[in-house]
Amino acid sequence: MKYVDEYRDVHLAERLLDQIRRTVTRPWTIMEVCGGQTHTLIRSGIDRLVPEGLRLVHGPGCPVCVTSLEQIDRALAIAAQPRVIFCSFGDMLRVPGTSRDLLQVRAEGGDVRIVYSPLDAVRIAREHPNREVVFFAVGFETTAPATALAVWQAKRLALRNFSMLVAHVLVPPAMEAILGTRTNRIQAFLAAGHVCTVMGYEDYRTLAERYRVPIVVTGFEPVDLLEGILMTVRQLESGRYEVENQYARSVRREGNLPARNILADVYEVCDRPWRGLGILPRSGLCLRPAYHDFDAERRFSVESVTAIEPAECRSGEVLQGLIRPDQCAAFGTLCTPDHPLGAPMVSSEGACAAYWKYGRSQDRTIPGTSMR
Amino acid sequence: MCLGVPGLLVERSQPAEDLAFGVVEFAGVRRRVCLACVPDALEGDYVIVHAGIAISRIDPIEAQRVFAYLNEIGDRDGWTEGAPL
Amino acid sequence: MTKLQNPLAASLPGACPLPHLAGDRILLAHGEGARLTRRLIREILLEAFDNEFLRPLSDAALLPPSVGRLVMTTDGYVVSPLFFPGGDIGKLAVYGTVNDLAVCGAEPLYLSLGFIIEEGLPLEVLRQVVYSIRDAARLCSVAVVTGDTKVVPRGAADGLFVHTTGIGRMRPGIDLGPHRVQPGDRVLVSGTVGDHGIAILSAREGLDLGPTLQSDTAPLHELVRSLFESVIDVHFLRDPTRGGVSAVLHELGDAAGLSVVLDEPSVPLAEPVRGACELLGLDPLYVANEGKLVVIVAPQDAERALVCLRQHACGREAAIIGEIASMTPPQVLVRAPLGALRVLDEPTGAPLPRIC
Repeated sequence: MKYVDEYRDVHLAERLLDQIRRTVTRPWTIMEVCGGQTHTLIRSGIDRLVPEGLRLVHGPGCPVCVTSLEQIDRALAIAAQPRVIFCSFGDMLRVPGTSRDLLQVRAEGGDVRIVYSPLDAVRIAREHPNREVVFFAVGFETTAPATALAVWQAKRLALRNFSMLVAHVLVPPAMEAILGTRTNRIQAFLAAGHVCTVMGYEDYRTLAERYRVPIVVTGFEPVDLLEGILMTVRQLESGRYEVENQYARSVRREGNLPARNILADVYEVCDRPWRGLGILPRSGLCLRPAYHDFDAERRFSVESVTAIEPAECRSGEVLQGLIRPDQCAAFGTLCTPDHPLGAPMVSSEGACAAYWKYGRSQDRTIPGTSMR
Repeated sequence: MCLGVPGLLVERSQPAEDLAFGVVEFAGVRRRVCLACVPDALEGDYVIVHAGIAISRIDPIEAQRVFAYLNEIGDRDGWTEGAPL
Repeated sequence: MTKLQNPLAASLPGACPLPHLAGDRILLAHGEGARLTRRLIREILLEAFDNEFLRPLSDAALLPPSVGRLVMTTDGYVVSPLFFPGGDIGKLAVYGTVNDLAVCGAEPLYLSLGFIIEEGLPLEVLRQVVYSIRDAARLCSVAVVTGDTKVVPRGAADGLFVHTTGIGRMRPGIDLGPHRVQPGDRVLVSGTVGDHGIAILSAREGLDLGPTLQSDTAPLHELVRSLFESVIDVHFLRDPTRGGVSAVLHELGDAAGLSVVLDEPSVPLAEPVRGACELLGLDPLYVANEGKLVVIVAPQDAERALVCLRQHACGREAAIIGEIASMTPPQVLVRAPLGALRVLDEPTGAPLPRIC
């Protein structure tokens, strides 16, 4: 696949790794924000191939993981209602609410459907005029243009039976929250390449300068991540703290203007609770008054359940990079992919799930085989 | 977050629809994709697709840059050249 | 329960002009054992499957004595949609049963066929499934010797469920199973992985991924027979269905107390399946197959097994994908292109598309 395979080239990756090893002279702690980057780092083994002192911390870049328990419970309540067709990305289906998840709601008779795109949910609404179609709009700035286009289209078509439960969150406030904590040890960031594709990277300059952290906008393939890490350690080793763009084939400084325009038309910035991090001011997107008719929160009055987080779940600390998943007492005991306590264990991008799937083999050589 | 996959724009639809759509091909699999955010993308361009919409047009010149980076920073160890494009 | 779909909309060959049976849909009465049932059996089922064992239409089939040990398998088929790119529930039922027998080292002989039909299913749909079963059974030289038909109220089944039992005769001199697997053994797969699951997901979830994605539903008994006839000492055979290659390797590892190390770049993948997996964020090692074999042989037999598989239409893309290792506790590991190992976890439910 063009623009994929080249960035998985092993020789180039090895050259970049080699250069990283030669550049690093001191321990450094870098956070990659995006769950897709976490996925690649662990799956390709890069996190274990980088030099000993270079610590890669997985950040809260999993919008599934950070969607608040209240919002999940609200989603479950709406999905359970008889006339509703509840459409969601596949990622959300196994995320636990207080007492169940969307898969269980489906088993109990709820019409829960996986869609690949929010525009598919609009199509479903057109095809089923007698049903209430609700789309669970989860995701960062990358996904928000798609949901904005969906509700924009619904409004143009004057659809009466389409609404969205919005849970969008923004990345820069989360990065700022992490940098601002007393216990912060993050010295640099790999910024999320697709978030920046939409939003550009102007926002990051003030962060880089105020906290003196290099921020490198990075892609998602092994070569991208290695290059991003190399650019980052070169800055760290020379005391620079600038914003650089590794993912220039997709990211422009100003981002994607048509996408930003549709976002500005449909959404406004609001405060939002993050699961595990608390309420971060001006960290979410909410529908503007012109689109309030399409807001599922207003359309469906569901009993607000007091969302109860299990006491043993330390997902907040994991999401901030303060502990590794395997440092949580519940990891692998009370909390496994089969019976997760929190979202980072369920979502394929969650740090806990990634650790579970990929992180448990420490060996490099296999006894009893001929494989290198 | 953000599974964005590069694909080849093989067809732009007629602009009569309220939103611009097209067909993007990913290794032989074709999907209808909303092109509203990439008005400049032409048939034959590559775009990055996320959740059914194209979020950027891939810049082929910038795409090459990553392969020149090591040379730029003086990585000269007799390794063979980087990946072909 | 999902609305009963008519899968025939675009995909049927010209319909056969058979007389109507009490209208053109299955009714509850068709399952009651009386007149309508007998008509259904006579006019659709017997017409398709006529053979000496079935013809008497008694409650059980009288089979000839067998030389050698008998092998029996049973399976339920609940796929939705009933007709999908590359196959249908009928074909799946026959090939799936035949394959289960074949991978045990048996020659498939007889099938039983049970239908659980949702009230309201168009008769034409049932007829097309039956024809598909007939054609598949002929291809595999198996006889449908007995069967059963039940009708359940609307909403209680997804159109049609099919249940089978297969009986085969064990080939002499075959000894397969986890007990034969040793560290150093090579793991082969007979072709590209993930084809079936992706085709079904695409069709069922309306993912609109185009016509290139086809299920790999196929009978494997010929492929298996040629492996045995090449005098290759096969240690282990399985067809990786739900849960994909990962599920088979985990079962093996647990049963044998051994680990498996896969070489990721060696796993064959059809381009469109790769594209679909990239787009949907799925790992093909977890995705279902319906026409593939996992074969484990001693290291010195690996090349010969590969050549043997590749001589068949179903085995052209066969590849050596890994090796058995002695590490405990048993794990399935994958070596990524950069050399690092990761644990391939057990599948925990159907793989779901993701945007994250």
